[in-house]
Amino acid sequence: MDKNKSNKKPEKEDHQESRRDFLKASSILTAIAVAPATVAKAAEYNLGEKISAAFETTPVNLTINGAKKQLAVEPRSTLLDVLREQLNLTGTKKGCDYGQCGACTVHVNGQRVLSCLSLVVMQEGKEVTTIEGIAKGDELHPMQKAFIKHDGFQCGYCTPGQIMSGIACINEGHAETKEDIKEFMSGNICRCGAYPNIVKAIQEVKNGGQKS
Amino acid sequence: MIQFQYERASTAQAAVNALTNNSNAKIIAGGTNLVDLMKRNVMAPNKLIDINALPLREIRQQDGKISIGAMALNSQVADDKLIMEKHPLLSQALNAGASAQIRNMASVGGNIMQRTRCHYFYDTALPCNKREPGSGCGALEGMNRMHAVFGTSEQCIAVHPSDMCIALVALDATVLVAGPKGERRIPFEEFHRLPGNQPEKDNTLQNNEMILSVEIPDNAFSKNSHYMKIRDRASYAFALVSVAAALNIDGKVIKEARLAMGGVAHKPWRLKEAEKALVGKPATEETFRQAAEIAMQGAKAYKHNAFKLKLGPNVIVEALKNAAGLV
Repeated sequence: MDKNKSNKKPEKEDHQESRRDFLKASSILTAIAVAPATVAKAAEYNLGEKISAAFETTPVNLTINGAKKQLAVEPRSTLLDVLREQLNLTGTKKGCDYGQCGACTVHVNGQRVLSCLSLVVMQEGKEVTTIEGIAKGDELHPMQKAFIKHDGFQCGYCTPGQIMSGIACINEGHAETKEDIKEFMSGNICRCGAYPNIVKAIQEVKNGGQKS
Repeated sequence: MIQFQYERASTAQAAVNALTNNSNAKIIAGGTNLVDLMKRNVMAPNKLIDINALPLREIRQQDGKISIGAMALNSQVADDKLIMEKHPLLSQALNAGASAQIRNMASVGGNIMQRTRCHYFYDTALPCNKREPGSGCGALEGMNRMHAVFGTSEQCIAVHPSDMCIALVALDATVLVAGPKGERRIPFEEFHRLPGNQPEKDNTLQNNEMILSVEIPDNAFSKNSHYMKIRDRASYAFALVSVAAALNIDGKVIKEARLAMGGVAHKPWRLKEAEKALVGKPATEETFRQAAEIAMQGAKAYKHNAFKLKLGPNVIVEALKNAAGLV
């Protein structure tokens, strides 16, 4: 399905329209190949239009960066894809998409999690915070400032995940020592190797009094 | 990922019923392993039953044991005061697994149910008897550096990937499960199985059963236990070899011992003969070395994992030395 999604605009309406158009245009056989029994059954009865119903979305209510959202998502949609494609919050990065790199780290109910392995339907009623939600207006979050000050990145692709993870690392009480920080930040991979500076940034925020 | 139906279970009975009515349904808890496998088409359930609403997150002391709910998070258990005080081995093993983010998502039940990380299991273009029975084992003659040295079969040489489970098998844990006929308890050592001729079966849980909790009997190991994990990088990698060691030392003599290994078998590998060799002996490196030799009896290496035959006993000795406070 990713291929079919790739050229879509992020807005919700367009998202649904284009999916429906694709389904109408594609052959019944294709639909059977990618869909489970419910769709196959619809095809059997030659209910072309109703095939789209099998891809119909489930309503989910969640709070994202303080704003309440009512979304319509497929059960298989990950939080990462919905943030980026439906809500246009592209600060959260897709690195490996398999839970191995940490680039997609966000907070759900204050805990750091991997949005690439989180199904949105399972987040009903939860509060999600992304990198876009931590600054106060133009005032950067102390962790953002510390990353800039200590040069905690080169290419910057892992940085949103590192920052979200770093904030949580302190809140969890796992940033007491340099060794602790290295261990409890190990789920965030940086290909540029900015690790020493990332550790310095987290230490500065920790010593600057972020609660733990 | 193929499309699937999604349903939230409000009771354990409802989840069991849903599993009974659809053999292609799967329970989803944290999703850290299942979603990954579904993205890769290694697993393709047509229905997911979300059990996150069930009241199974509690960690509590009962008569002579601690009960940990199946939905307790890995991070929650690792940081729990009761667990850290009474079973630090479990806390240590949990923190040795995965990353902080994954531990915040992964449940205890899901950790027990996680699948092997064998590359041949994960790559749908390659043969794997576990993923597709009868297709062959790619690892047997292939890249088998990460693979098992104990209890293998011609069908499968994959290893069980969990760290938590190595501590739980050492601590004589029991798994409480619910099924259509009610609840039953499975000793942890009997929960996972060896591959034999049915490598597609990781464990002895029936298709329509679900885990409710894990129980750990009270013990005298809290002062002298250690989990040691050797991997390709310092953190966030699966074990090449890991060892859970727990001792009850009276003066200098070992009264009781528990020993289990990870990264070496299709199931958490309890070392009972080596445990027997420790009991009644002084807690010295020499004693530990003898037990380690016994532990490795019957180990069989493949082309790329012969190093585990040397690494294994060394990790056993080091884990025991740490447990005994000799380092």
